[in-house]
Amino acid sequence: MAYHTALGSLKNYTKGSLDIVNDDKKHYAFSNLFEVANKAKPFERVAVTKNIEYVVEVAKIDGTSPWYAAAHDEFVVVMDGDITINFVKLDPSAAVPSGKRGATKLAAAPNGQKMGYVRAKLGNQALLPAGAAYQLVSNGAPGVVLFQTLGGDVTVERWKDICIS
Amino acid sequence: MANAAIAADIKILGKDAQLGYTEFQFGNFKFRRDEYFAHVTWPHGTRIIEIDRFLRALVRDIGWQFFYGWIFFDDVFGTQNHYGTVDIFAGSYDGGYKAAKTDFMETFTTDKVVTAFDTIARDWISEGYDPLRAPQETGNPLGSKREPRKDALVRGFTPAKRMLGLPGDVTPRSDQTGHPVNRAFADLKFEKPEVHAEKGFEGQLNAINLFDHIARSDVTWNPSVASITGASIFCVTSEEHMLPVIHGNDRNEWFIQLSDEIHWNIQDKNTGNPRGRIVMKAGDVCAMPADIRHQGFAPKRSMLLVAENGTPGLDELYAKGKLPPYPLDF
Repeated sequence: MAYHTALGSLKNYTKGSLDIVNDDKKHYAFSNLFEVANKAKPFERVAVTKNIEYVVEVAKIDGTSPWYAAAHDEFVVVMDGDITINFVKLDPSAAVPSGKRGATKLAAAPNGQKMGYVRAKLGNQALLPAGAAYQLVSNGAPGVVLFQTLGGDVTVERWKDICIS
Repeated sequence: MANAAIAADIKILGKDAQLGYTEFQFGNFKFRRDEYFAHVTWPHGTRIIEIDRFLRALVRDIGWQFFYGWIFFDDVFGTQNHYGTVDIFAGSYDGGYKAAKTDFMETFTTDKVVTAFDTIARDWISEGYDPLRAPQETGNPLGSKREPRKDALVRGFTPAKRMLGLPGDVTPRSDQTGHPVNRAFADLKFEKPEVHAEKGFEGQLNAINLFDHIARSDVTWNPSVASITGASIFCVTSEEHMLPVIHGNDRNEWFIQLSDEIHWNIQDKNTGNPRGRIVMKAGDVCAMPADIRHQGFAPKRSMLLVAENGTPGLDELYAKGKLPPYPLDF
């Protein structure tokens, strides 16, 4: 038997359902990451999960993003598209202060040594290492990524807009 | 709240002369199996559980090291993890048993429970049956005892320390590791990421095909750690048929459906009363609050990402009501 695997994308997704009979639907904060990305501006990092200080952010990658950095590791998973991630090693004087949570958007392209780049497509996961600045670039059509990170300056929370209630 | 652990080792009570299976006692619980069922006995009650379900739950409970919170083998019998000790309970989270005062619970150190469950599993599982595989991919556990399994009962639970594929960390699955792409994902094209590190930064950049890693899993309903930052843990798993336990949360966790769909039955954690039903399709994101139990059903093998907060002591904060059982107010 040949199986067909159902995947979502920015252009084609089907949302499931929440049938709660004896609880508040809001407690389940049900959303669809492709829908969230569709309605977001490019590079807005919209939280779709929040577990005290930890979040998963969704972003639509359309063009060249600002540069970001964090004091801790982050990870990115490509859910749609073809994305190049450029890395620069931040000078210690330019590094995000230790203990600061979440990604920080840099005001300008960082000075520092080029570390290299990763080209990532559907299902690829990349490390965004602590102490490195990174920038995401879509190759062709807009893409969608998930960030595993902590809530911080760039985290957008708009639960009422994205969740079934 | 954790109770004091009793000092107990698993004991052999006897052997079924006809079927060949051993009967065990652990604390005041007794465990016996026949051709079709596991029989669990405690001072004021008994329970019968279909053997395939019992063994699928038993082996996962060992592999998960009792996971976060409650693992219900069925609506009545199960374990609760206190991260150092484990409760084994019967009826403690069921209104009927509680009302009749026939519920029972004992607490053991984690290592004793691992040894006890492993002893039962090794005696009751025969060659040709692998409870970690999807039902279509293994033999059945029914009938009398056959040749014992010789390979490891538990596998696929090794967590990444920082990220899969980093030097010195867990290697993603591949043909070379003996993990071909599962039949259910044979239609997918898995492209490797390109990693171009400048001189001097080799090993500092890392990328993998996470979907490929999941598609090659030879176990189901087995979240394994792919990446960690702080106490934020990304666990990935392939799900087919039904979650053979009902998981009661001791903290909030989040599900991100990466492919296909899973149907979840949601119940009140303490009573088992229904709270609802959730169907998650590719791209859906949903919280599992800290006061529910849930069981998943996957009509076709699917990929699921589970986002956990592994902060030590979080279970106590939820149990004491210092954190609300749901993740957000909006």
